[in-house]
Amino acid sequence: MPAPTAITRATLLKDLRLEWRSKDAINSMLFFSLLVVVVFSFSFDPSAEESRQIAGGLIWVAFLFAAVVALNQTWARELRNQVLDAYRVSPAPANSLFLAKALGNFIFVSVLEALMTPLFIAFYRLRAIGPAWQLLIVAMLGTWALVVNGTFFAAMSLRTRSREIMLPLLLFPISVPAILAMVQATTAILTGETGARFWIVLLVTYDLVFTTSCLLLFETVLNAE
Amino acid sequence: MKKAFPILGILTAILLSYALYMALVVAPTEQTMGDVQRIFYYHVPSAWTAFILFTINFVASILYLAMRKPAADIVALVSAEVGVVFCTIVLVTGPIWARPVWGIWWTWDMRLTSTLVLWLIYVSYLMLRRFSASGQTPLLAAALAVLGALCVPFVYFSIWFLRTQHPQPVMGGGGSIDPRMLHVLLINWLAFSCFAFLVCWSRYRLGKLQREVEQAQALESLTQAPRSMR
Repeated sequence: MPAPTAITRATLLKDLRLEWRSKDAINSMLFFSLLVVVVFSFSFDPSAEESRQIAGGLIWVAFLFAAVVALNQTWARELRNQVLDAYRVSPAPANSLFLAKALGNFIFVSVLEALMTPLFIAFYRLRAIGPAWQLLIVAMLGTWALVVNGTFFAAMSLRTRSREIMLPLLLFPISVPAILAMVQATTAILTGETGARFWIVLLVTYDLVFTTSCLLLFETVLNAE
Repeated sequence: MKKAFPILGILTAILLSYALYMALVVAPTEQTMGDVQRIFYYHVPSAWTAFILFTINFVASILYLAMRKPAADIVALVSAEVGVVFCTIVLVTGPIWARPVWGIWWTWDMRLTSTLVLWLIYVSYLMLRRFSASGQTPLLAAALAVLGALCVPFVYFSIWFLRTQHPQPVMGGGGSIDPRMLHVLLINWLAFSCFAFLVCWSRYRLGKLQREVEQAQALESLTQAPRSMR
């Protein structure tokens, strides 16, 4: 049997290749968050001062809803031709599969963020007053927090009726602290009024706790019968 | 065990009426808030009961994950259901109290917000139980319960920091409590806990019966299938 890392790499590369050829997830996410940007711009006056206060919440709401689109497709793909069942009977460790899926989603959502950020800056005339490099850390930690729980709950909602609706219902309540931390950190950096240190530390802890517990519980969820 | 149920029921009824009497008549009237403050004797015991039930849910879920005993799963389900009911009582009595005292129905204060998020987490737990296929429900629900409970400290900590950064003028200040009030509060809490226990117990029996019926039906369909095919 190949090493767990080899299984992770193979699954991740397969997913990336599939996405590269179809571009299903990234296209729908991009269009979705573009819609959010446009719709939100009607709800307030996007002048530099006001948008600096609101942009943190706005950006992350857009990314959160867009990420759900990608997360819902994570496992649905494996249901066709009983790929997931084949995986379950194979001796490959469940966590390699989970890590591959989580990393894949992390890459998709990061690409989305990289593409959308210039648009946000242009549309809402954003300019960070605080240290802008910290935004990168916040984005990476926050995205991982969303994606690791999202991948886990997507696997969980696979076993339910109306699974596409179930994922946000499970994901959002548990993600409240992470969303709060991302939004507050982003606002703190944009306005430069307070430091973002507390929120970054909170995000790191959140990521560690939930990555560990998702890895511990994933096998149970995958094999739940 | 079955005989103890009506006895406990009667005891709880007596205790609840005594607690009601204590809260409405015996407890001293609060100086600034007046009689409105008496909702405190329902609000706070409900909150404590809900937190205890959510703790039971967490412990039962871990036990289920470790030992896979169906009884632990039923306990987890029951405690979450009754806990959500008590948490709802907290969220409803809170605004009723806040409106005359603070002049507003709701404020995004630390305790209100974190209780609301707690309620959301356990409602999502109950929704998962409702929407998943019956054979897989216990495991999936137990996994979610563990993650939900792990989330609670983060919720409290993050909202605490958020609200200490932006202090609210209407925070219910701490201060000390009159010993007579504390006495009434504890009696109410005891009554509410007994009531919660009673409801949990009867719900547990129902859950067990449900499971037995499901198993009997499954068994019946297994044994009858060949006959109908003949």
